[in-house]
Amino acid sequence: MSAAEISVAEGNTSGVTERLTIAQAVRDAMRDEMDRDPSVVVLGEDVGVDGGVFRATDGLIERFGSDRVIDTPLAESAIIGMSVGMAATGMRPIAEIQFMGFVYPAINQLLGHASRMRNRTRGQLTVPMVVRMPFGGGIHPPEHHSESYETLFLNSPGFKVVVPSNPFDAKGLLTAAIRDDDPVLFMEPKRIYRAFRDQVPIDPYTVPIGTAAVAHEGDDVTLISWGAMVRVCLDAAEMMAREDISIEVVDLRTLNPLDRETMLTSVERTGRAVVVHEAPRTNGFGGEIAALIGEHLLLQLEAPVQRVTGFDVIFPAAKNEKLYLPTRDRIAKAIRKTLEF
Amino acid sequence: MKGVRMPRTQVYNAVTERLEILDTSGAVDEDLMPDLDSDRIRKIYCDMVQMRAMDEKALKLQRQGRMGTWPPIKGQEAIQAGVAHAMQQDDWLIPAFREHGIMLLRGVPGHLIYAYWAGDERGSAYPDGVRVFPVAVPVGSQWQHGTGVGLSLKLRGEKAAAVTLGGDGSTSEGDFHEAMNCAGVFQTNSVFVIQNNQWAISIPLHRQTAAETLAQKAHAYGIPGIQVDGNDVFAVYSATAEALDRARSGGGPTLIEAVTYRLGDHTTADDASRYRKDEEVAKWEQRDPILRLRQYLESHGLWDEDQEQVQQEQAQAWVDEQVAALESMPPQDPSEIFTHMYADLPPHLAEQMAEVLEEVGS
Repeated sequence: MSAAEISVAEGNTSGVTERLTIAQAVRDAMRDEMDRDPSVVVLGEDVGVDGGVFRATDGLIERFGSDRVIDTPLAESAIIGMSVGMAATGMRPIAEIQFMGFVYPAINQLLGHASRMRNRTRGQLTVPMVVRMPFGGGIHPPEHHSESYETLFLNSPGFKVVVPSNPFDAKGLLTAAIRDDDPVLFMEPKRIYRAFRDQVPIDPYTVPIGTAAVAHEGDDVTLISWGAMVRVCLDAAEMMAREDISIEVVDLRTLNPLDRETMLTSVERTGRAVVVHEAPRTNGFGGEIAALIGEHLLLQLEAPVQRVTGFDVIFPAAKNEKLYLPTRDRIAKAIRKTLEF
Repeated sequence: MKGVRMPRTQVYNAVTERLEILDTSGAVDEDLMPDLDSDRIRKIYCDMVQMRAMDEKALKLQRQGRMGTWPPIKGQEAIQAGVAHAMQQDDWLIPAFREHGIMLLRGVPGHLIYAYWAGDERGSAYPDGVRVFPVAVPVGSQWQHGTGVGLSLKLRGEKAAAVTLGGDGSTSEGDFHEAMNCAGVFQTNSVFVIQNNQWAISIPLHRQTAAETLAQKAHAYGIPGIQVDGNDVFAVYSATAEALDRARSGGGPTLIEAVTYRLGDHTTADDASRYRKDEEVAKWEQRDPILRLRQYLESHGLWDEDQEQVQQEQAQAWVDEQVAALESMPPQDPSEIFTHMYADLPPHLAEQMAEVLEEVGS
């Protein structure tokens, strides 16, 4: 690795930034890695000429051509299955599943092959691939466009599962995912694809997979979340600040491998934790987090860990989705519960 | 207003061919014979004998408790030898799970094939440079990899092809359809070979599909398809060589249906007498691909009883060496169930690994 590459990998960039949305940051990460590494290709439904239904691949086909930005037939299992074949023979495919709610046909290829190839061959055949999946609710779409299925993949060893919550992390994490030698599931919070802009370095940089971030510092209660829910947690923190309640928000960023240290260090200090996620509650990742906190910090806890999550129901159609999604008020209620315990 | 005439027109018309070169008596159609010299044909025969010996030994080992569940390949040797001999150095093989013979011929050491089925992951850690995918147990899933590898070869400009094998049952899976469809759309460097052995555990072909042949399905994907007699090694070789030439030269994928018969049980955990008649098996035993090729060799003065004796002994000796190599493999280190999950061991796995190592006292 040259000195220049090291400095880029560590994020010591030219210092020039631009204001980007998450969707733009995702596209820039792919563009920069495709510039850097000819083995990187993008494939999926409508990723080429259309630039992706969320425009996350906008402009890539013009820059790289249809051999590297591949509009596939409408076949999720083929998108993943072909990617496995490509990744095992020297390419680095970035596959897009248009909505996470449509990942089911590809489960056999994901759980049956992508996550297993390295272990199955004792490291002889590996599949460095990224699967990008817009997930989560809040955009009033038809059925099957709002799901958060991370739990499926968190109980299926062999994947890394990454979830950015802002444009800076989106670019840095996706760059790290593309360079990673293992299959990475990259869950994109579609509700906030274009909700806000952040300053994002124009040079390539990585945000290391497996590191959480403290999105907001505070002393009284720790909120633990990921994806679009991090914004809701930040809103809740702001609201609680008006009542002089100091909230820390931990953005996990990677769900597997989990950065336990950042999370546990925060909870050890605050003694109170609320986990917030969109996926259904029972057997959701919040349960795992609560168990970890219990295992490591039982005697430091001032209150039981609370969960503010989606309910154990089919994701409601547009008119009812606000009943399902965690809100600032539901989070505030859980915070008060930990304080009043 | 005056009406118009709009007769129905034919928009598509298709013919599916069948290729046979070697008949059941060992006679060949010289006009169709592929360009193979006597030494090569003898080598193909010896390879088939070796496969049979490997297969029979595995069944014995399984009964003795020295082998796990084994899916026998008996009766399918002509497909596996014919396809392997048509392949070139840089071609990739993507097998399902009844492909031990062709995997062997493509460079997977015999003792590793045994090791996989004896329950040892190291059996899928092939030597560097062996372009073979590991066994794919989820039925039909491997077809998709064959399309992906074929696309990868095409995009990277390699003059090589991806050869994928699977059974007749796997053509009912959605992945078969998606793989053929995408291979057609992208014109990948792929050759797909269906080992139609007519039984998917207990389900006969006519319960998998109402189509008369599997080869005709190629028409729906806009790719060439052909049926061959799968017990005729020359027909298999010839059709595969033609398909490989096409794939390597940018002419796109081909679907080959090789019609054969599974002479053994589905696996050692199966009892085929529950669902099929002995007479049917006996009929196909008469068409044994190894006997057929031997008849050809003998009738052309290329083989005799002494050579047969020598080859059988050599095959047995080779098999014994593989068993010895299998059984002298040191046990895997317990840590190996963790260390190959990711390129780097994440902290939670390091913790779990320590738990196991403490448990086993290492």
